[in-house]
Amino acid sequence: MKVRILVSLKDSVLDPQGQTVKNALHTLGYDSIKDVRQGKVFELELEGMSPEEAERVIPEISDKVLANPIIEKFVWQILEKD
Amino acid sequence: MKLKFGVVIFPGSNCDYDTLYALKDVLNQDAIFLWHKEHNLKNVDCVILPGGFSYGDYLRSGSIAAFSPLMQEVKEFALRGGLVLGICNGFQVLLELGLLPGAMLRNKNLKFLCQFVHLRVDNETTPFTNKAKKGQVLKIPIAHYDGNFFSPPDTIQEIKINNQIVLRYSDARGQLSEEANVNGSLESIAGLINSAGNIMGMMPHPERASEALLGSEDGRIIFESIINWKG
Repeated sequence: MKVRILVSLKDSVLDPQGQTVKNALHTLGYDSIKDVRQGKVFELELEGMSPEEAERVIPEISDKVLANPIIEKFVWQILEKD
Repeated sequence: MKLKFGVVIFPGSNCDYDTLYALKDVLNQDAIFLWHKEHNLKNVDCVILPGGFSYGDYLRSGSIAAFSPLMQEVKEFALRGGLVLGICNGFQVLLELGLLPGAMLRNKNLKFLCQFVHLRVDNETTPFTNKAKKGQVLKIPIAHYDGNFFSPPDTIQEIKINNQIVLRYSDARGQLSEEANVNGSLESIAGLINSAGNIMGMMPHPERASEALLGSEDGRIIFESIINWKG
């Protein structure tokens, strides 16, 4: 099974990198882009793990390792099933 | 009596030798290196997590180092009341370990800042600042990308109530301002202690301000405070 986890700063946390990207896009004339938030993507290959187990394990490792819950949030999805 | 300091080395630490030099050669104390894969703190009186870029700052600054075997020992040592000082990347490791509250964001101007700053001592009662006077201004350099301290509103309330803010970015007269707060830290926090008062993190590098030749001797006061506290 393959899963993708997207980690980004919480909405309450200022994202200066996202702001800088937004400003660059505005400079290029893409004025309709209202906001940019930057994040990180993790793709994990799981072996011998049931979808039920993944439901438990993926949020656990995201909270413990992949994201810092003080400043970051995460969402995840299954990309490929076994 | 000499104190025995342990300076932890992670892959990517780069202030380890400077810190050991400041402790041994400048301040005439015992100091040893502790390798991150070890499981033994070798009876040190104080653990120092030095600056640098442990694990290349991969994932988040300090995050991978926080999972190293030695850090589990350091955590136990700290929770038993042992003195732990995290400098720069060491501060980030302490935050990632949850031994100090909050997290570091990228500097507000998105620049790596390498410069002298002024710090106001706001809490002079700690093991790390007891040789300073309240309100004293120290000149110590910083060198970091992720030093913009952040914590949720309820956490910062608690930090203030417990008098955990030890050092603040200020101007040379000790005045706080947006300009002096170079990295954008919440409450201009440059140095923070845990509520029990034995674990401190600071972004500025006291070891880089330990001799007049380096442009300032103000960093010595941090190490001399530890020596005074334990002596």
